[in-house]
Amino acid sequence: MIPAAFEYHAPKSLEEALRLLNRHGSEAKLLAGGHSLLPLMKLRLAAPRCVIDLGRIHALRYIREENGRIAIGALTTHTEVLESPLLRTKCPLLPQTAWEIGDVQVRNRGTIGGSLAHADPAADYPAAVLALDAEIVAASADGTRTLRAAEFFVDMLTTALLPGEILTEVRVPVLPPGTGTAYRKLHQPASGFAIVGAAARLTLGSGGKVERVAVGLTGVAPKAYRAAAVEKALTGKKASEKLLAEAARHAVPQDVELLSDLHASAEYRKAMAVVFTRRALEDALARAQSKKR
Amino acid sequence: MATATRYIGRPLKRKEDPRLIQGLAHYVDDLRLPEMHYVAFVRSPHAHARIRSIDTTRAQTAPGVLAVLTGQDLDKAMGVIPCAAQLPEMKLALRPPLAKERVLFVGEPVALVVAADRYTARDAAELVEVEYEPLTPVVDPEKALAKGAPVLHPQYSDNVAYRWELEGGDVKAAFAKADKVIRQRMVNQRLIPVAMEPRAVVADYQPGENQLTVWSSTQIPHLLRTQIAAVLGVPEYVVHVIAPEVGGGFGSKLNVYAEEVLVAHLAMRLGKPMKWTESRRENFQATIHGRDQIATMELAVRRDGTILGLRCRILADLGAYYQLLTPLIPTLTGLMICGCYKIPAVRVEITGVFTNKMATDAYRGAGRPEATYFIERAMDLVAAELKKDPAEIRRKNFPQPKEFPYATPTGLIYDSANYQKSLDAALKKSNYRKLRAQQAKLRRQGRYLGIGLSTYVEICAMGPSSAMPAGGWESATVRVEPTGKVNVLTGASPHGQGQETSFAQIAADLLGLEPDDIRVVHGDTAVVPYGIGTFGSRATAVGGTAVYTALTKVRDKLAAIAGHILQEDPKRLVFRDRKIFLKSNPAKSLAFAEAVSAAYVAKTLPPGMEPGLEATHFFEPSNFTFPFGAHVAVVEVDAETGEVHLLRYVAVDDCGRVINPLLVDGQVHGGIVQSLGQAFLEEAVYDENGQLLTGELTDYAIPRAWDVPRLETARTVTPSPVNPLGVKGVGEAGTIGATPALINAVVDALAPFGVRHLDMPARRERIWQLIRRARQAGSRPTARRAGAGRDRRVR
Amino acid sequence: MGVVIQVRVNGKTRQHEVEPRLLFVHYLRDVLGLTGTHIGCETSLCGACTVLLNGKAVKSCTLLAVQADGAEVVTIEGLAALGGNGGLHPVQEGFWEKHGLQCGYCTPGMILAAVELLQANPKPKEEEIRRALAGNLCRCTGYQHIVDAVQFAAKKMAAGKR
Repeated sequence: MIPAAFEYHAPKSLEEALRLLNRHGSEAKLLAGGHSLLPLMKLRLAAPRCVIDLGRIHALRYIREENGRIAIGALTTHTEVLESPLLRTKCPLLPQTAWEIGDVQVRNRGTIGGSLAHADPAADYPAAVLALDAEIVAASADGTRTLRAAEFFVDMLTTALLPGEILTEVRVPVLPPGTGTAYRKLHQPASGFAIVGAAARLTLGSGGKVERVAVGLTGVAPKAYRAAAVEKALTGKKASEKLLAEAARHAVPQDVELLSDLHASAEYRKAMAVVFTRRALEDALARAQSKKR
Repeated sequence: MATATRYIGRPLKRKEDPRLIQGLAHYVDDLRLPEMHYVAFVRSPHAHARIRSIDTTRAQTAPGVLAVLTGQDLDKAMGVIPCAAQLPEMKLALRPPLAKERVLFVGEPVALVVAADRYTARDAAELVEVEYEPLTPVVDPEKALAKGAPVLHPQYSDNVAYRWELEGGDVKAAFAKADKVIRQRMVNQRLIPVAMEPRAVVADYQPGENQLTVWSSTQIPHLLRTQIAAVLGVPEYVVHVIAPEVGGGFGSKLNVYAEEVLVAHLAMRLGKPMKWTESRRENFQATIHGRDQIATMELAVRRDGTILGLRCRILADLGAYYQLLTPLIPTLTGLMICGCYKIPAVRVEITGVFTNKMATDAYRGAGRPEATYFIERAMDLVAAELKKDPAEIRRKNFPQPKEFPYATPTGLIYDSANYQKSLDAALKKSNYRKLRAQQAKLRRQGRYLGIGLSTYVEICAMGPSSAMPAGGWESATVRVEPTGKVNVLTGASPHGQGQETSFAQIAADLLGLEPDDIRVVHGDTAVVPYGIGTFGSRATAVGGTAVYTALTKVRDKLAAIAGHILQEDPKRLVFRDRKIFLKSNPAKSLAFAEAVSAAYVAKTLPPGMEPGLEATHFFEPSNFTFPFGAHVAVVEVDAETGEVHLLRYVAVDDCGRVINPLLVDGQVHGGIVQSLGQAFLEEAVYDENGQLLTGELTDYAIPRAWDVPRLETARTVTPSPVNPLGVKGVGEAGTIGATPALINAVVDALAPFGVRHLDMPARRERIWQLIRRARQAGSRPTARRAGAGRDRRVR
Repeated sequence: MGVVIQVRVNGKTRQHEVEPRLLFVHYLRDVLGLTGTHIGCETSLCGACTVLLNGKAVKSCTLLAVQADGAEVVTIEGLAALGGNGGLHPVQEGFWEKHGLQCGYCTPGMILAAVELLQANPKPKEEEIRRALAGNLCRCTGYQHIVDAVQFAAKKMAAGKR
């Protein structure tokens, strides 16, 4: 219940935060909403010597449209994502995903940047940012760089962020007309995390053909991944219930190492990845069709 | 003297609520005393190990640390954790408050740290270095019985704690003449009670007065006081126990814990007030667990569905040591194994076994949910085997209302019941026939609706002292103050049940007062006469009857005083509207307060009457009571994922006469939802090393609001003849009745896949496996998907 | 190496030097003596410690006191003042009226979560109430009377606005 003692810094600007991070290096942990880090510290599974609280950097809390994309500041809470009119109309997959995260209180504090940087294999956002081909912006003393979502998740609790880097922004596309999205999730009954979470984005072209499709899966493997074989099986084909079901069978590639725990064996996870991929695709298709009409 | 029931039976709002909804109530951790110190425990990370050494040097020298103690330091200071249960040839397995040579379960305390604040105490606990020599743990109760299994308690040759047998009727003959014998092995899994308030203890010792005050989150303040005195070896008058607001118990606080006696000891030893508050992790590891029985049920049946006999073998996993009632709980399962059926011949064999886990003990229902689950599952198996409707099989075997009091072959006397009536009411309320038609239709569409019944009887109002380990009575004192305000002191200390309201209702009616004229006092051993406590659905039936009888004594005395003043026959007086008046002539009256005043002023008392107005009654019940009911659950199984969606839940319960229907509904709802937890979500899982995998709420799921549909409840009322109020008890009914209804519904839903049984919790993966296996075996339906209940997530 | 924080709790400005690791729930309970906010777990799942932080329901056990610096906080002790009628808040009334509590331990957190819900959604459906309270565990009531209590409060608040 009680975290070990630590040194505390609450920088007011990103520059100050980066300086602190450089100074303390691997002994420091970044604190955003605290909903990944604080539970670990309370159970003393994490005991950083130094905590840099990003919560005072108000400049990192925004949702705005720029250059045809929607930019979301790292400190934006799940609730803000969920309630954003901009996202709801132009990129509803993120609000759809945020709706499935934790509970009201968790959504009120947890942040998109914190969640992505923690890279919990059962977190919800990774599936969505993968399906959206999101860009993730990392700042360091040397400037900023932009990572593609597909290269961001490296392994369990490991991202492509380098020491000294802070995740500052997530950029998602404004979805074109004829696009439907959905996030479908099988909850771990106790924690509410994803046993399987499938995020789907599907754009219909002329003649009801699938013009573009993306599926992100979380909870299944040590890191979230894009179900490329599913996408391939759908692209360019005329969408039908049968086609979606066929395609969803490819949700788990051969080389994926499956997670297995008390709540779901590898075998069950694999089967559920197929089911929830199909369900997400069906919902996305229905939404795409209704927009098309 | 007639008693008008103006408040008994009414849904009165609770008197205890204003403080609770404004944050003004005080639970143990809310208390702060000057110079208070905080205790933190060092607990074993091993399930089975020898303690080689404990080095406390670093902890002891940390700033702010007052003391660090190990089992060796306590050696002569205290006794062992008590067990009140006694069974023939039972092996003793009593635990020292801090482990000495060996640890026998993960979470067993091996050392403690006392510091000036909780953060410092926690930090210092990390500095205690314990060297263990790990031993092979015994986790599986069946393997614990095997030859060559490591033995937990080296003074014994094996891990068998006791064997207990019960036989009634001619069992051999019953099985010999049966047309069929239905057999099934069933697991009633280990559960964690999870009262929302973790345990907490504050203790303060005043040497001048030689008074040790212990505030504990307990269901049994008086028994705790006796046991603290015994363990610490001090006269009982030294110890004063207070149970302030208690945040739920469910049996888990019906105990005497190491932490309680240790914190009390520390207050005396170190001369400072002490506080310890359990973390949820500690609560999962080291507060009692419940259930954990494996049963093999056999029913001898005739082709027409008549049950001729029952055999049941139970293996009960008791954990490593006994807590207060550990060995006794499985025997309640044995006593109630016949359920609400006329089964002429019964044999029960129970084996209690030690394993390297936390002790099991009384968790809401305590032995009866297990019995009900075993017999109710077995009845469904009979129905399936004989291809009869489960309602019909049940109906065929009920004893009839005229047969009550009904003697069971297990030696109990069921007080009163009409099982048929509650079943009929539940079937009607659920529209059972229509549900069956709907089920058939949906099955044709590849959707799997399941309908589950449970008709239960439970034993409660614990109980006659002859059948209880240490007193089954309850006390009450009614003290009327000179101004006419009434204190009702009850030994049945509540922890959420609402006795402050329900007992005030009884008192208001008996004395013709308003509930606001009455204050119900409980939980303080210095104020309240010795009492037993709130558990076993006994508070109203036993504690309420004690209150009722004490009230009657006070009322009789007041009537005599009023009769004397009014020059009327006391028998012709009525108590109502804060007045005492002549029934035939209400104008001839005396204010209640006036009559009370006369008792204290003592100038107008009848000759020879002693002044004052107070009565105490220790009520000894002549029998248990036996509430009953019928539940219907409707589920849909998603055949693709194995998820179970609870669509409807209908419960018709009979708890005898009802004092406050709002409180009864609350008890029923809460009980059913705890049952739902056992049926679908909850299981304390230890791995093969004895590590508790479900060690936090992140892995042990208890039901949330969205797991539950609106429950449809109703009642029948069959008064109990055992007490003058006619009440039976309701605290555990939901937990006892609901689990089998829920699982019967799941099994019913899976019938098209050839499933005849499924152990709890009905995890979705397990269901998915069963369906998949059936489909792989071929010839089974291949459904597309379930459509219903997408948002309701009983998982 | 304490940090000075200033928090407005139930309308009163409080200032203290705290250890950075001090959990906000311990600040409320042990430093301010506001013990109406309870602790039921250490994994932010039970919701017993729910308070309103700048109007939003948060779990005060998963918040450092230093993170609350500058915030406006309402705990169960200060809720009645939000009701605006000098008496209980309608949600508190609902819990009393509908028997929405038994042991009372989860109640303060449950009430504050319900207050946030009704601020955002004054006429919630039963399913919406159940979902909004998913972050608050109750082991006593089976939730039905809690749902009734929130519905009671919604009606009462709607009537008050008319």
